Amino acid sequence: MHFRHILSALGRHRIAVCLLVLEIAFSCAVVCNALFLIGARLDRMHRLTGVDEAHLVEVGVRSVAPGSPEAIMAQTRTDLAALGTIPDVASVSIINQTLFGDSFSGSGVGLSDAPNAPTITVTQYFGNAQLAGTLGLKLVDGRWFKPDEFVSDEQLEGGGATVPVIITRALAEHFFPGQSAAGKVIYAFGTNRVVGVVDRLVQPKDYGPAESYEYAMLFPVNLSYAQGAYLLRVKDASQRDAVIRTALQALKGDGPLRLVSPKNARTLEAARAKYYRNDRAMAWMLVGVCLLLLIVTAVGIGGLASFWVAQRRRQIGIRRAVGATRSDILRYFQTENFLIATLGIVLGMVLAYGLNLVLMLHYELGRLPGWYFPVGAVTLWIIGQLAVLGPALRASHVPPVVATRSV
Amino acid sequence: MFGYYLDLALRSLKRHRVLTGLMVLSLALGIGACITTTTVLRLLSGDPLPQKSDRLFYAQVDPNAKEGYIAGQTEPPATMTYVDAMFLLHAHRAKRQAAVALTSGKIAPQRANERPFYSDGVQTTADFFGLFDAPFEYGSGWTAADDEGGSRVIVIAGFLNQKLFGGANSVGKTIRMNDHDFRIVGVLKPWSPQPRFYALDLGGHDYGGDGDAMFLPLKTAMDLKMGPQDIECYNAVTDVDNLAAAPCMWLGMWVELPDQAAVADYRTFLANYAKQQVAQGRFSRDETALLDLMGWLRDQQVVPDDVRLQAGLAYGFLLICVLNTVGLLLAKCLRRSREIGVRRALGATRGAIFGQFMVEAGIVGLVGGLLGLGFAELGLFGIRHQPAEYASLAHLDLSMFLFTFVVALVASLIAGLLPAWRACAVAPAPQLKAS
Repeated sequence: MHFRHILSALGRHRIAVCLLVLEIAFSCAVVCNALFLIGARLDRMHRLTGVDEAHLVEVGVRSVAPGSPEAIMAQTRTDLAALGTIPDVASVSIINQTLFGDSFSGSGVGLSDAPNAPTITVTQYFGNAQLAGTLGLKLVDGRWFKPDEFVSDEQLEGGGATVPVIITRALAEHFFPGQSAAGKVIYAFGTNRVVGVVDRLVQPKDYGPAESYEYAMLFPVNLSYAQGAYLLRVKDASQRDAVIRTALQALKGDGPLRLVSPKNARTLEAARAKYYRNDRAMAWMLVGVCLLLLIVTAVGIGGLASFWVAQRRRQIGIRRAVGATRSDILRYFQTENFLIATLGIVLGMVLAYGLNLVLMLHYELGRLPGWYFPVGAVTLWIIGQLAVLGPALRASHVPPVVATRSV
Repeated sequence: MFGYYLDLALRSLKRHRVLTGLMVLSLALGIGACITTTTVLRLLSGDPLPQKSDRLFYAQVDPNAKEGYIAGQTEPPATMTYVDAMFLLHAHRAKRQAAVALTSGKIAPQRANERPFYSDGVQTTADFFGLFDAPFEYGSGWTAADDEGGSRVIVIAGFLNQKLFGGANSVGKTIRMNDHDFRIVGVLKPWSPQPRFYALDLGGHDYGGDGDAMFLPLKTAMDLKMGPQDIECYNAVTDVDNLAAAPCMWLGMWVELPDQAAVADYRTFLANYAKQQVAQGRFSRDETALLDLMGWLRDQQVVPDDVRLQAGLAYGFLLICVLNTVGLLLAKCLRRSREIGVRRALGATRGAIFGQFMVEAGIVGLVGGLLGLGFAELGLFGIRHQPAEYASLAHLDLSMFLFTFVVALVASLIAGLLPAWRACAVAPAPQLKAS
């Protein structure tokens, strides 16, 4: 193609070309960064918890009539037995805080019990012997708790007893990099010996620095229903809703007056969807803005192209009359658009990088990975070509006779 | 003259319907996006207590261990221990002062056959209502003596009064909460500051809702072991039920300081207290803070990052839309070079041509603004169906309505400048010769 001719023709419309280049550049910068933000949201929404989410449901019960701790504990044992007999329930446990829930329970944990020793806040899960199995945790080092290691809440928080602890791989790596954590000691509730390491378990909700999301501890504690929520593992995921209904009935039908409500019962999948709903809304909003932006840019490109075609009807006619084919004319406008888009994209890359720097300064955001640049570039090239296709086709249909017609 | 330009502009816009439509649409999209996000931003960064927010201050001290402390950089924690809060409260160094924590309680119904229900509440001290200008429908708050004695008194919100007593004056009546009897001393008018500034970082929500349902004296709540919603301990806890002595922070401390001198005095008082505690070995950091209400909201970042990001994005979007409109207007006006040539030859000045094209751009802007208003309503409708706490509060008010048209007009006139300038620079002779 005759780039030189195209360039000299464009030189006659410097202002319009500058506008187009700017528009494409800004679009490119915003789209690149918006795509990056969408990607970051999606990554966040797809973080794994390390538990068997597809098969878990939780049922919370609030005590209404106060009773003695012994009576509540006895009622808890009855409840656990009743829930365990529901068909389709594989195992039942109590957990002190539910994943994707509203509350966060944690302790300062360190490698020394000196008063000024450095500590980090780590979330703590309490539960009975069935908890690890119900959650579906995977042990990668050491062992599970032994039956005689389970204590009451008061015994643990008193700090006097040396209660063993199971920690996550990420926490083990933090405290004991490159070593086996099993057998080591950490200080959370008094002195706690690490007996096992699980592959993954996360905070119930984001709390503290990002890396601590994967730090968690598991303590062998027998809880009452007033201290946590029932956690049920279902054999067949399709039966979850049926299990929730049966479980609520079983709890309502038995024991003292308690607040048993479907509001406090949900599948873990529903809990996850609710937890990440803001991220999902934001991601969709960004998708919407990207689409609108590309449409607006396409309108701008198409509008100017059709103006240029109308303005150059005579020249096009002359070119056709002296031998240019329809595809020559078509390709002329396509190449012209390609040149403008390329200029815009090059400028857009610089702007995208700058915008990313600004965003990094104000928000917790990483550096824009390199591969977003070609993605943005290709998108805008395609948009440009699509937008110019209509006017270019119209141009290619200008008959040669226009050249001879005096207006 | 203006009328003539208007006529010319309308004719020209009508002649190129598609192009006009595209210009209006793209401008409207940009304006709609901007107005939607600006409304949310304004909503979130608004002043919940405009009449006295500059006189309300949030006091902070830092009982945490020395570890990790960087002088001048580490901010004190958001809440206070009972010991520190009580010292500040009893010192009476401010005009009014109140310690605040959130709680919830089970309220027994007044009529048979109804079920008990849980309501959110605030445990605080006597000055709370005067401090925050909480309006009373009936009765009043409790006294400092009630605070000291841990009286079983309660102030309830209007909606709770409606629910329990059908809205009648219930002062002096008794309600049963957490299986204890409380005497109602006051009923509030509807009061729900947005955000719920007095309870940021005390647990619970910041936006939305009808406000807290009940208010009771701090000591009473402690006697009945109605734990606060959020609690943070900086040392090993032996008895978490004994909140008065536990090394745990759970109270927000608000003071009212009428003028600059009082603020400076209180700052000194607070700093001296921290220094004295360090000297006694109870504290290891002497950091303190005394932020005014709006400063505290900023410090707590009540405006989510997402919302600011959305607003930034919307303004970027508007910029691109304006660029787009400039391009289309330019194309349109250059196409009319001949018409301009004729007008100039017949005696129109450059200024007249410039005016004509600016009027045309202004019309595009106004129509774009009108359509943008529609898009903004649509956007806010979308926001209201989002899961955020503030969602239900997102509405277009009169000032935003007017702001829309200002934005639209300014954007379109800026967009029209370049094309109008190009148009009035057209030399008449070549245009006439060509025909």
